[in-house]
Amino acid sequence: MGGRMVDFGGWDMPVQYPAGTIEEHLRTRTHAGLFDVSHMGEIDVRGPGSIAFINSITSNDASKLIDGQAQYSALTTPQGTVIDDLLVYRFAADKFTLVVNAGTTIKDWDWITSQPRDESVELRNVSSEYCQLALQGPDALKMLQKLTDLPLEEIKYYHFDQGEVDGVPAIVSRTGYTGEDGFEVYAAADKAEQLWDKILDAGNTGSPEGVLPCGLAARNTLRLEAAMALYGHEIDETTTLLEANLGWICKLNKGAFVGREALAKQKEEGVKRRLAGFEITERGIARDGQEVVIDGAKVGRVTSGSPAPFLKKNIGLTYVPVEFAGEGQQVHIDVRGRLVAAQIVKTPFYKRAQ
Amino acid sequence: MANVPEDLHYSKDHEWLRVEGDVAVVGITDYAQNSLGDVVYVELPKMGEEFAANESFGSVESVKAVSEVFSPVSGTVAEVNEALNDEPERVNGDPYGEGWMIKVRMSNPGEVDSLLTAAEYEDFTKAETE
Repeated sequence: MGGRMVDFGGWDMPVQYPAGTIEEHLRTRTHAGLFDVSHMGEIDVRGPGSIAFINSITSNDASKLIDGQAQYSALTTPQGTVIDDLLVYRFAADKFTLVVNAGTTIKDWDWITSQPRDESVELRNVSSEYCQLALQGPDALKMLQKLTDLPLEEIKYYHFDQGEVDGVPAIVSRTGYTGEDGFEVYAAADKAEQLWDKILDAGNTGSPEGVLPCGLAARNTLRLEAAMALYGHEIDETTTLLEANLGWICKLNKGAFVGREALAKQKEEGVKRRLAGFEITERGIARDGQEVVIDGAKVGRVTSGSPAPFLKKNIGLTYVPVEFAGEGQQVHIDVRGRLVAAQIVKTPFYKRAQ
Repeated sequence: MANVPEDLHYSKDHEWLRVEGDVAVVGITDYAQNSLGDVVYVELPKMGEEFAANESFGSVESVKAVSEVFSPVSGTVAEVNEALNDEPERVNGDPYGEGWMIKVRMSNPGEVDSLLTAAEYEDFTKAETE
C-alpha cells in the first residue's frame, strides 16, 4: 500500500497511506475510510458466572446487555481510575468477548486473571486469533453490504451480528472510533489481507468518492474531533472516570465493582478537575503534553492536541479545574514557549448529522 | 524518489539553500516535506532576526508532528515567505519554489562550502531510509 510505518505497541502500523492524513480524514467524514485495527486485544469470558464476573471488574452494567449487543465500559482500579477502556460483546449469557487496547492487553490480562472469580468462569486471551478491520463513514453500509448477506441496515448502533463477509466467517459490529456510522469486522487473523483487499474493492477505492485506506494519524484526528477518549492520553491510572466525563459508564447502583466506592465518594463530593475541549483562537497548534495556563497559572496539560481537518480548527482536550471548565473560558496554551490563546468549548467538537 | 535539484546546497537537517549573491534562499527538501506529510502550519522568524548556522529559525507542522527548521548558514533574515501563513501547503506542493521559507543575508558565505551537494544529500537520505 505504500503506507508509512511506525511501531505501535509492538505492531508495525501505518501512520498514513499515500493520500495523506487530511485526505483520509475528510474521506471518512464524506464517504468512507478503512482502518486495520487488528492490534486491538480480545479476551474471551465463558461460563455461567460470566456476567457476574464482568460486572465485578468493569464500571458499566453488563447485565443490561442482550445477545448481539456491545457496550462501552472500563476496567477500573480501586481508586476509580482507569486500567483500560474496552468494549464488552455479549454473544450469550455465558459467552462474552472483551475488546481492549493493544498496548494494555497484557496488563489487562494480568489484572483480569488476578481478580476473584467463580471457578465456572473461563478466560482466554485470543488477541492473536483475530483480525479487526473498521470501515467507517456515511457510505460504509452500502460498501460492506456488497460483501455480505447479513442485513446491515438492521444492526443497530452498538449491536452486532455473525455471518460471512466475502465468504469468511465474521462478526460485524456497528461500532467505531471516528464519530461516523460504520462497522467493525472481526475475523480469523489470516483473513485480514483478503478482507482488506475486498472491502477496498467493494468501496471503489481509487475513485474520488471511494473508500480510502487510513492510518493511525487519521484515526487519531477523527476520534479527537468526536472527543472520544484515547487510553494513555485522556484516561489512564491517574484519571478517574468521572473526571473524564465518563460518568455515563459508571453504574454505581448495579452492585459492587472494583472502584465503586471511590467513584461514589467522588460523585458525592464532586470532581475537582474535569476533561474539557478547547479551540485555539489565534495562530498555533496545541500538542500533547503542553501546559494550559490561566492568568499566568498552570492549570493542566493538553492530553491530545491537533489540527482538526474537517472542522478546520486547531483543537485539543485537557483537564482543568472545574471552575475553569465552562464554555467560553479563556485559556492559553504554552506552545514551545509561546502563549497561544484558546477557549473552552463544548464537546464533542464534531457530531455527525443523524 | 524524492526530487533533489542539482543546483542547490543541502543540510543534514533536510533544508535546501540557493545562493543569490550574498543572500541565501532557504526551504525544506522534497524528502522532508514528504516525510512530514500535509503541512498545516509554518512558523517563521521576523525580518532582521539573526541566526547562527544550524540554529533553529522556525517550525513546520503537519497534522501529526512538529519539526524545527534550521538555518544552514549564519546571517540576518532579509525576507520571509508570508504566503505560507495562509497557504502552508505550498511547502508540500512546491518545496523548492513557492514553498521557500526565508532569505538570509549571509554573514559568512564560506559556510555554504560545508553543505552537502545534491549527490551527497541523495546518498544521505538513502542511508537514512535504510
